[in-house]
Amino acid sequence: MSSSAAPLPSREQILAALVQKQGADAVEKLQKATIAVCGLGGLGSNIAISLARAGVGKLILIDFDTVDITNLHRQQYKMNQVGIPKAEALLENLKEIAPYVKYEVHQERVTAENAVSLLQSADVICEAFDKADAKAMLVDTVLEQLPQKYLVAASGMASYDSGNSIKTRKITDRFYLCGDGQNDIDEVIGLVAPRVMLCAAHQALTAIRLVLGLD
Amino acid sequence: MLKVNGQDVDAAGKTLASYIAEAGYNQVRIAVERNGEIVPKSKYGETVLADGDCVEVVNFVGGG
Repeated sequence: MSSSAAPLPSREQILAALVQKQGADAVEKLQKATIAVCGLGGLGSNIAISLARAGVGKLILIDFDTVDITNLHRQQYKMNQVGIPKAEALLENLKEIAPYVKYEVHQERVTAENAVSLLQSADVICEAFDKADAKAMLVDTVLEQLPQKYLVAASGMASYDSGNSIKTRKITDRFYLCGDGQNDIDEVIGLVAPRVMLCAAHQALTAIRLVLGLD
Repeated sequence: MLKVNGQDVDAAGKTLASYIAEAGYNQVRIAVERNGEIVPKSKYGETVLADGDCVEVVNFVGGG
């Protein structure tokens, strides 16, 4: 931190600014919410930053991996964070962006066995993995074992196709799916920051809308 | 007749597991919604599709 930096805004000042921009009712609901982000890559790091900025009360952040040089083009990490765990690196960045959010960080892989204990205090769960089988596992596990939770998953954000093909669909009352549904990174070329961020933005917005009681 | 992903499909009487296999889906990459509810993977073998069912097979693709 620079020695000439002004003191950080207080919690009260940040809350007042949030109320000014997002409305008192929304801020009150968001402050009471806990949202889990499973996977802190291109989707998860962007989802977490959006939600932290929006004033969500508590974020549960989970990833087993470390920051790799091939992550920097689309994930919210810095060059000096290559090699350190994503959970630790993102927490560091989030504390600079939004220090008044409560963070619960887990450096581990989410499995069918530990999902319930990791996720049971969340109101909304965002699936932000990269592998298709991990996505399907989490959806199956959450909807079977934590059926009262809202789940916002993603499928299809690779390629240079138009961003307009990325959509949010409601699959069941508790399950929302964002993405183009088609472009598989194993079959098409290109995982480019703005398209991944579009999908992450769909997920973050859906999570916020669910907290606010909007369908 | 029932609907799968918006298409009419003649699969009444089949189990979800056999429909999924015949349609060529990879079971580890999908989630299945039937009449508004997710069918857990452990129930695919015992879930029998019926006329009028509305099924959505969500086929996950990689990238994130």
